Amino acid sequence: MILLSAFGAGLVFGLGLLWSGMANPAKVLAFLDVGGAWDPSLLLVMGGAVAVAAPAFAWARRRRRSLLGLALPAPPSARIDRRLPSGALLFGIGWGLAGICPGPAVVLAASGAGPGLVFGLAMLAGMGLFELWQRRG
Amino acid sequence: MTIDWQAFTPVSALGGGALIGLATAVLLLFCGRIAGISGILGGLLRPRAGDTGWRLAFTAGLALAPWLFGWLAAPAVPHFGGSTAVLIGAGLLVGFGTRLGSGCTSGHGVCGVARLAPRSLAATAIFMAAGIATVYVVRHGLGG
Repeated sequence: MILLSAFGAGLVFGLGLLWSGMANPAKVLAFLDVGGAWDPSLLLVMGGAVAVAAPAFAWARRRRRSLLGLALPAPPSARIDRRLPSGALLFGIGWGLAGICPGPAVVLAASGAGPGLVFGLAMLAGMGLFELWQRRG
Repeated sequence: MTIDWQAFTPVSALGGGALIGLATAVLLLFCGRIAGISGILGGLLRPRAGDTGWRLAFTAGLALAPWLFGWLAAPAVPHFGGSTAVLIGAGLLVGFGTRLGSGCTSGHGVCGVARLAPRSLAATAIFMAAGIATVYVVRHGLGG
């Protein structure tokens, strides 16, 4: 049941990415291009997602266990260390260069598009480099 | 700023966004997990006993979505920008950066913002600003 829920959530998440336009790098870049012909669509993607997810998080805050009896996430931390802004900055630069963030990267790589595979493998390599860097440091 | 009304797709943007929110809610309410894609993938690179199955199941669902979407609707044709070298560099930055910053557009931008997490609000502001600045420099140059 846990695996089925996670699978269903992944499937619906991917459909949402595809329908919304998040899995189209050109559309993402047009959203980030506020100095050119700006396409504001992706603001609505985030707004729609947050509006639906927020009540679920509010419900989870008042509970100890999920519907399947699993532990719920701890309340968010307020501590902002140096890693958070550095990581967000590097991610933002990469996002601006290609117009692809991690969810769409999986969708695009799985759809078999050549550039999607290239980006997806490079992203996994970047994640692997982080693991190596962290183990060394 | 000029808004490109021809490219504006409010219905699919809101509908797709709502599906992303629904999937996020399902993963939280049933599995007690945050739907942050970089965190889900990153956890697979650092496997811990009993913590791998749901990650693989979610990722499998995500990977099968293009197939189902192509069957339900017109197949989406993605348009990529940039050379292979740019895609590789961008992929490395996105992979390393999301792990260093503990999240991406979904984990910080949707989940974190939905529960008003201070770290996620800060991260979302930074990666949005960095993305906008990068596109500006690439498309319009430093001279403005």
